[in-house]
Amino acid sequence: MEKKKVVIIGAGVVGSAIARVLSRYENLEVTVLERNIDVGWGTSKANSAVVHPGHEDDQKKYPLRAKFCAKGNRIWHSWAEELDVPIKWPGEIMLAFSVRDLEKLQYYLDLAEKNGVPDVKIVYQDELRELEPNVSPDAIAGLWAPTAGLLAPWDAVISLIENSVDNGVKLHTETEVKDVVVEDGKVKGVQTNNGFFEADIVINAAGLYADVISKKVGINFDITPRKGEYYLIDEDVKERVKRIVHQVPTELTKGVYISETVEGNILIGPSAVNLPLDAKDDVSTTEKYLDYIWESAKKLVAKLPPKSSVIKTFAGLRAEPPSGRWIIEAYDNPKGFINAAGMRSPALASSPAVAEYIAKELIGKKLGVELVEKKNWNPYRKGIKKFKILDDKEKERLIKENPKYGNVLCMCKEVTEAEIIEAIERMKKIGIKTISLDGVKFRTTSMFGWCQGSFCRVRIARVVANYLGIPEWEIPVKDGKTSYGVGDVKAFFNTKQGVDEA
Amino acid sequence: MSNYKKRKMTCIVCPLGCELEVTINENGKVVSVTGNTCPQGKEYAIQEVTAPKRVVMSVIHVKNSIFPTVSVKTSKPVLKSKIPEVMKEISDITLDAPVEIGQVIVKNVAGTDADIVSTRPAPEK
Amino acid sequence: MMKTKYDSIIIGGGPAGLAAAIKAKELGLKVLLLENRDVLGGIPLQCLHPGFGLHYFKEDLTGTEFIYRFINKFQEMGIEHFTNAHLTEIENISDNEKRLKVITSKGLQNFTTKTIIYTTGARERHLYEIGITGKRFPGIFTAGEAQTMMDIYGIMPGKEIVIVGSGDVGLIMARRFALEGATVKAVIELMPFPGGLTRNVVQCLDDFGIPLYLSHSVRRVEGRSSVEKVIISKVNEKLEVIEGTEKEIKCDTVVVAAGLVPYIKILEKIGVVKDPATKGPIVNEYLETLIPGVFTAGNALVINDLVDHVVEQGELAALGASEFVKNDGIPASRWIRVFRGENVRLLVPHYLSGKRDVTIYARVRKPMKKVTIRFPEIGKKMRLPVVKPAEMVSVRLRKEEIQKAVDRITMEVLSNE
Repeated sequence: MEKKKVVIIGAGVVGSAIARVLSRYENLEVTVLERNIDVGWGTSKANSAVVHPGHEDDQKKYPLRAKFCAKGNRIWHSWAEELDVPIKWPGEIMLAFSVRDLEKLQYYLDLAEKNGVPDVKIVYQDELRELEPNVSPDAIAGLWAPTAGLLAPWDAVISLIENSVDNGVKLHTETEVKDVVVEDGKVKGVQTNNGFFEADIVINAAGLYADVISKKVGINFDITPRKGEYYLIDEDVKERVKRIVHQVPTELTKGVYISETVEGNILIGPSAVNLPLDAKDDVSTTEKYLDYIWESAKKLVAKLPPKSSVIKTFAGLRAEPPSGRWIIEAYDNPKGFINAAGMRSPALASSPAVAEYIAKELIGKKLGVELVEKKNWNPYRKGIKKFKILDDKEKERLIKENPKYGNVLCMCKEVTEAEIIEAIERMKKIGIKTISLDGVKFRTTSMFGWCQGSFCRVRIARVVANYLGIPEWEIPVKDGKTSYGVGDVKAFFNTKQGVDEA
Repeated sequence: MSNYKKRKMTCIVCPLGCELEVTINENGKVVSVTGNTCPQGKEYAIQEVTAPKRVVMSVIHVKNSIFPTVSVKTSKPVLKSKIPEVMKEISDITLDAPVEIGQVIVKNVAGTDADIVSTRPAPEK
Repeated sequence: MMKTKYDSIIIGGGPAGLAAAIKAKELGLKVLLLENRDVLGGIPLQCLHPGFGLHYFKEDLTGTEFIYRFINKFQEMGIEHFTNAHLTEIENISDNEKRLKVITSKGLQNFTTKTIIYTTGARERHLYEIGITGKRFPGIFTAGEAQTMMDIYGIMPGKEIVIVGSGDVGLIMARRFALEGATVKAVIELMPFPGGLTRNVVQCLDDFGIPLYLSHSVRRVEGRSSVEKVIISKVNEKLEVIEGTEKEIKCDTVVVAAGLVPYIKILEKIGVVKDPATKGPIVNEYLETLIPGVFTAGNALVINDLVDHVVEQGELAALGASEFVKNDGIPASRWIRVFRGENVRLLVPHYLSGKRDVTIYARVRKPMKKVTIRFPEIGKKMRLPVVKPAEMVSVRLRKEEIQKAVDRITMEVLSNE
C-alpha cells in the first residue's frame, strides 16, 4: 500500500486532534513537529478551558466557527471518555444587565437554533438564581446553554498525543520548521533544525506562528497575538460558581468568565488585548488588565472570593486571524499544503470536528487521498492514576505494589513519587527529548496548589535528577534555556563545576 | 583633634541596636565611643573599627550521606578581610560520611587561627 | 490498615512537633509523631546561622545545632514515629476521638487518638500574592526554596540576585548568596524600615555592600525568555506607588522573601476557626483550637521569630494535651478574651481562664522606641526600650493578674513620649 507522509506542524490542541484522527488510517504516516520541548505549551495551556456550546458564532460572519463548534462539543463527550480526560458539563450562563443586553441574548438564542445547539433558553429571575445561586443581583436574565463543558486543556493535548503515538504517530519535539519545500507546485516536505522531513501533506497547525509558516508558501496573512490574563483562586474558597458565568461577548472577545476548573479552582478571566505581530511569546501579566478583569468579574457574581485567595496569575495568547475568520483550507497551489490556522476561540471545543473535516473533506475529498481505516486502531488511552482521588482500597493496593505511591511529595495536591516517575516515563514514551519540571507539573498537577511549588519543587527536582542521573541544575523548568539553578552551590569558586552561561 | 575621624555604626551585640559614634585619631586608634548603653557595645565598636571579625557559616560537600552537604561554621570570628579566602578553601573539599556534629573539618582555615567545624551530622546513607 | 489508640498524635516533626512529642512522652502520654519528609527536623535543618537557643539553652547555636539537640533527645527516648507519612484526612469523631488517615510507604494507615497536636509550620507567600506581574519565569524562587536548594541539596539558584523583602529570611539569604560568590544586586523593602533585625542588616547587607531599597515595591519581572530585570517603584507613606519613580535593576534571579502564612488547610476542613490577624487558629491558653482536643504550636499557630518560642509553644501544647487526657477535656471556664489594642497587629493565645500563668506572644504594627505595654483592665504595665514588627513581644501574665479581668483583656503598646 502506498503510504502518504503527513507532517503536522504544531502539537497544540488542533495539531494533536488532527494527529489522533489521522492515526486511524493505515495508509497515512503521520509525524507531528513541535518547536517547544513539550506538547501543548502555546495557547493550549493558557485559556479558559471551556468546551463552548457553539451558539456564539454567526454563520455569516464566522462560518467555520459556527460550523464546527457545536459538532466538536458533542464529540468531546466520547473523546473525553476514550482518552480518560476529566471533563465536566456545568453549562454556561451569559448574563444580561440591561435591556440592550437582553436584546443580545435574543440574538444568541437565534444563533443557537441556527447552529444546532440544543436546549438553549433565556432564564429569568428565579430560574436564573436557581441555576447559579451566586449570580449577581443586578443580572436581569441569562442565556442558559447547558451543553457547555470544562476540561484541563493541557490534559487534552497530552492525552491526544499519547493516544496518537500509541497508534503509530511520531512526535518530534524541539523541532522548528524553517521552510516548507515545494516543487512543481507540490509539497515535498519541511526543512527543520533537525533535518528534512519528507511530506506529501503538510498541515499547518502552528498556532501563533501559523502565519510565519504559511508565508513560506506564499499564502500570506498575519496572526495577531491577543493576550488574555487570568486569576487562579485557591480551591477551598467559600465563594464559588456552579455554572460557567460570563458576560455578553463583544467583537473582540468572548469576555470575562468565572468558572470552577476540573481541579476545583475558581478561574477568572480573560482580558483581550492585541499585541504587536512579533510579540508571539509575551505572556506577561499586567497590573492594568488584572485589575480590569477583577472589576469585570465583580459585576457577574454576588460574591467574588477575596483577593487574598489568589494563588496564581497568568496570561495566554490567542492566535487571532484577520477579521476573526478561521483559515482551514487545502490549497491547489501548493498542492498538499493545508492550513488549520487562526483558530482562536472556540478552537478547543471545535478541534475534534475540525480534525474530522480535515481528514475526510480536505485530505480525503479535496486532495483525493483514499483513507483506509486501520483494523486495530485503539481509541483508548488511560491517564496517570491520580492517587488523591482514588478510594482507600485502591490506594492501599497501589502502595503495596509500589511503595513510591506512599511517598507524598506535593502536599497541596497530594501527588506521590510514583506519579512523578510515571510522568517522566510517559514523556519519554511519546518521544520527548528533554524532561522538564513543567512537563512533570502538567502531567501530575504537582506544584499547581496553594504553595505553588515553594515547598515541593526542590524535592520533585531531586526525584527527577535521581531518575535521569543528572544534577538538578541541568533540569529545565519551562524551556530548554533556563534550568533549575545555575550549578553546584560552589560553582562560583570552582572552574571544574562551572556555571552554565545562559 | 581636627585630624580625628568620626564613624557612625549600629551595634549588633543585642536587639537594642544602639547607634554608636566612634572617634578615631590619626593613628587609627579609637579615642572614644558614644551611644552605647553597655560595655559590650563599646568593645564591639572598637573591634569593628580596628579589625572587624565575623563568624562564617556555609556548607561543604559530603558523599554517601542523606544530604549532599554538611553545614559548617568557623569555630570563632575571623577577620572580614579573610572571608573570601576561607570560602575558597572550603569550596574544594568533599567529605565522606559519616561526619559528626562538632567535628573539625579544617584546622586553622586560611591561616585565621579558627577551625571549620561541622554544625550538622552527616550520617552514612 | 492498622488501628491503634493514642493519647496524642503530633503532626509535623520540626521544632514545635519534636518539643511537643518529647514533653508529651515525659508527661506519660502515649504518643505518635508523623513527619511528611524523610527526615526529622523541619526548617532549622537548613538554617546555618546562629541565633537559635539564646533563651531556651542560653547558648547561641546555629539552627542545625539547635534542632539536633531535639532530634537526638527524641530518638534517645524511643518515641514512636513515622517519616514519609502524609496526613490526608482528619475525622473528628468526638471530643475524645479523632481518626487520622495517613499515607505511608507501608500503606494507608488509620490512627485513632484523643488529641492532635498540629505542628506543620507555614508556607511562604509568593509572587502573585505581593502583586508582582510579568512573565512566570523559572529563575524566581521563594527564600525558603532557595535556602533548601543551597544549604541542603547544594544547588546554586542563580548568579545575579534581587531579593524581595528585608525580613530576616531575606537578609540571611542575601548573605548566603554573597558568601557563595553570587552577586546580590539589591534587597527591596516595601516599608520604610527593614523587616529584620538590625544586626542582620549590618551582617548581611552592609558587610557585603548590598543596597537596601526601603519604601520600594517590585512592580514587574521582565525579560525575553528568562529573568533579565526587575522594575521597582518608590512608594509613599500609604504604600501607594509614586508615579515616575520606576527604576530597573538587572538580574537573572528573583528571591521572594515576603513572609510566611500558617499552613492549616486540613484543620479548617474540620471546622477550626482562623484568626484573620495571625492567619492561624484561634486558641486558648493551652493552645487548644476551638475544636476540643486539637492543639497547635509553632508556625502553624502564629509566625514566630525565634525558634525558642516555637519550642515553648510545642511544650505548652503537650501540656494542654496532657491536661485534656487527664480530665477528659480542658475544664470549662469563664474564658477571658484577649483583644488587640493600639499598635498590636496580632497576638496569641486568644482565650485565658485565669487558672494559670500565661505567656502572650504578640507583634506590633509599627516600630516604636520607649514604649509602655499596657493591659488596662488588669492594671498591668511594663516598659520596653524598643519594639519592632519583626520581633515578637512576649509578656508573662500571672494568673492573679488575669483574674482581675471581668470578661476581657486588651493589650496596648503606647509611646512614652
